[in-house]
Amino acid sequence: MSTTETTAGPLLQFESVHAHYGPVEALKAVDVQISKGEIVSLIGANGAGKTTLLATIFGAPRTSSGRILHRGEDISTLPTNRISRRGIALVPEGRQIFQDMTVEENLMMGTTPIGMGHFEEDRAQMFDLFPRLKERRSQTAGTMSGGEQQMLAIARAMMARPELILFDEPSLGLAPLVVKRVFEVLAEIAAMGKTIFLVEQNANHALKLSQRAYVMVNGRIHLSGESAALLDNAEVRKAYLGLH
Amino acid sequence: MQNNRLASLLKEAVLTFVISLILFGPISGLVLDGFGFRNELGRSVTLAAIITAGRVLVSLAGMSEIGKRLRSRLTSSNSGVTVNTGQERSPLLPLAVLFLAGLALPFFADKYFLGIAILALIYCLLGLGLNIVVGLAGLLDLGFVAFYAVGAYLLALGYQYLGLGFWSALVIAPFLAGLFGMVLAFPVLKMHGDYLAIVTLGFGEIIRLVLNNWLEFTGGPNGAPVPAPTLFGLEFTRTAKQGGVPIHEFLGISYSGDYKFWFIYVVLFLVVCAVIYAVHRLRVMPLGRMWEALREDEIACRSLGVNHVFTKLSAFMLGASTGGIAGVFFAVHQGFVNPTSFTFFESALILAIVVLGGLGSTVGVVLAAIVLTILPELLRDFAEYRVLVFGILMVVMMIWKPRGLVRLTRPAFFPSSHSEAGIALRLEPQTEAGR
Ligand SMILES: Nc1ncnc2c1ncn2[C@@H]1O[C@H](COP(=O)(O)OP(=O)(O)OP(=O)(O)O)[C@@H](O)[C@H]1O
Ligand SMILES: [Mg+2]
Repeated sequence: MSTTETTAGPLLQFESVHAHYGPVEALKAVDVQISKGEIVSLIGANGAGKTTLLATIFGAPRTSSGRILHRGEDISTLPTNRISRRGIALVPEGRQIFQDMTVEENLMMGTTPIGMGHFEEDRAQMFDLFPRLKERRSQTAGTMSGGEQQMLAIARAMMARPELILFDEPSLGLAPLVVKRVFEVLAEIAAMGKTIFLVEQNANHALKLSQRAYVMVNGRIHLSGESAALLDNAEVRKAYLGLH
Repeated sequence: MQNNRLASLLKEAVLTFVISLILFGPISGLVLDGFGFRNELGRSVTLAAIITAGRVLVSLAGMSEIGKRLRSRLTSSNSGVTVNTGQERSPLLPLAVLFLAGLALPFFADKYFLGIAILALIYCLLGLGLNIVVGLAGLLDLGFVAFYAVGAYLLALGYQYLGLGFWSALVIAPFLAGLFGMVLAFPVLKMHGDYLAIVTLGFGEIIRLVLNNWLEFTGGPNGAPVPAPTLFGLEFTRTAKQGGVPIHEFLGISYSGDYKFWFIYVVLFLVVCAVIYAVHRLRVMPLGRMWEALREDEIACRSLGVNHVFTKLSAFMLGASTGGIAGVFFAVHQGFVNPTSFTFFESALILAIVVLGGLGSTVGVVLAAIVLTILPELLRDFAEYRVLVFGILMVVMMIWKPRGLVRLTRPAFFPSSHSEAGIALRLEPQTEAGR
C-alpha cells in the first residue's frame, strides 16, 4: 500500500460549504464526501445548485464559508489554475469545448495541467475509447454532433490524467442511445481506476451507475446514502424517477 | 412571375428613394447660410435618384445568371473555419517568391510608391500586434495606438535626452511598449467586452494627452525631431550628423535621399516577416492555443487550469511590443513625431484592419493592412469624398464577407511521420483484437 492510501479519509470533502451569487445563497451548509475509487452521484432538480457545487471547487464562485478539502488540504482559497494540477478535472455542463478549435487542439488544451509529455500516448488511448474522435480529429469541434462533442469534452478532461473527474450532466440533450453510450464510457473510465463524481438529472442512470449518491434540493443536501437504497426510496422514486 | 418580380423591384426602388431622401435631405438639401439656411432640396432629390438607379441596377444584375453565380461565389465561400488537410502543397515556394519580390521592391518602385509600401508594412505590424490581442485572445482593445506612440516617442525622446539611435530604439521599443502593455493589462484583467473596450480607449487618450500637454518633456503639440537611421555607423544624410560617415561617401556613390527609404523598407520588411513567423509559431504553441481557448470559453479554461492572468497579460504585452516596434519605424520614416499622429482614429483604423482581415487570420491582416493603406491613395482623386467611399467600401465588405477577408485556417495536426507510424503500429494489434 502506498502512503497516500494509508492516510485514510475522503479524497474530496465539502465541509458545510456556503456559496453566494451576490445576495442569493446557492449553497447552504453542503457536506459531501468522495473517497478514492468511488463513483458518487449527485441528483437534483433544475436550479438546485449542482453546477454551483462543482464550480466552487474551481473557485467561481468562491465559498463564503466552510472548507473544501482535497486529500485533507483546504483548496477553497487556492488560485484556480492550481486546482487542475492536483488531479481534478471537470467535464463542464453543456460540453463547453472550444468550438473553433479542431478535435486535436481541444485534446492539446486538455494537457494544460501536465504538459505535452504524454500527449501522443494519451491521445491514442482516447482514440481507442472514442473511435469517432479519431475520424474527426481535424474537424472543428463546433461542427460535430452533440454526442461527439460530449465525447470530446470527456476525452479532453481525461488528457490531464486526473485522479478525480467531475461530470456535470454529461447526458444533457442527448438521444437515449447516446446517453446509454455515455454511461458505458463512464463505467469504463471508472474501471480505469478513476474516481468519479457525477452530477445528473437522469437519476435512473446515475443511481444505477454509482455506489453512493446525494440528493440536493434548494442548495441543501436533502438525502444521501447507498444508490441502491435511494433507488427504492419512495420520495426519490416520485420526484426524480417519475415513478409511484 | 415576371410581373411579380417587376412589382418587387418597383417597391424596392421606391423604398430606396424614400430612405435616401430622408438621409440626404437634411445633409445636402439644407445649406447653412449665415444665420439662416437655404433650401437646395433639388440636390438631395438628384442624389436619391442616383442611388435608386444604382440599387435597381444592382438588383437587375443580381437577377441575371452571371450575377447569381457571382453572388453565390461571394457570399458562400469562406463562411466557416477551414482546416488544413495536410494534403496542401507546401507553401514554401510561393512564400520564397513573395519574400524575394518583397525584398526587391525598392529597385522597381519610385519614391512615392515606396513611401506607401513602408506605410503599408507599418500597418501590417500594427495589425499583427492588435491581432494577438483582439483576434487571438479576444480582448477588445480600442487604445492600441498608445503603444504605437510609445515606440515612436521612444526614438524621438531617447535621441534627444539619451542619444539613442534607431537600432537601440528598435531593441528597447518592444520591452518598453510591453511594459506599458502590462501597466494597462493589470487593471483590466477582470474586465470583458464593452468595459474593457472603454478602459483601453481611455488609456489611449491618456497617453496622447500626456504627449500633448507635457511641454517640457515631449515638446507638446510641436512634436519632436527624430534622427535618421544609421547602418554600422554609416549615415543616410548628406553630411554626417551623428558622428559617423555618410553612406554615399563610404561607398563612393553620389548622394540620394532615397537610400534612407530603401534602408527603412528593407529592415521593416524583414521585421514584418520575422513577426509573421513568430505569430505563426505561437499559434501552434501552448500559449497561442491558450489565447484562443480563453477567447472561446473562460469557464472551460478555468477547469483546465489555464492561468488566465498570465495568458491575458502575455497577449497584451506581446501585442503592445509589436505596436512599439511599428512606432519606431513610423518615427524614423517621418523624421518627426507629434501627438496628432496618435489619435483614436488610428486605433480605429488598426482595429478595422484586424476585423476586416478576419479576426485571428495572419494572411487576412496583412492583406487588409495593404488594402487599407493603398485604397486611400487610389482614392485621392475623389478628394473630400475619400472617407465616404472608404466607409462605404467597409460596409459593403462586411455585408459580403462578414467574417473578414480571409477566414481563419486551423492548423491540421501533422504529427512527425515516424511517431505517427509508431502509434499506428502499436495500435494495430489492439484494434484488431478489439473487433
Ligand atoms: N452566475 C450566476 N449568477 C447568479 N445566480 C446564479 C449564477 N449561476 C447560478 N445561479 C443561481 O444559483 C442557483 C443554482 O444554480 P445551478 O446552476 O448551480 O443549478 P443546477 O442545479 O446546476 O441546475 P441545472 O440542473 O439546471 O443545471 C440557481 O437559482 C441559479 O439561478
Ligand atoms: Mg447545472
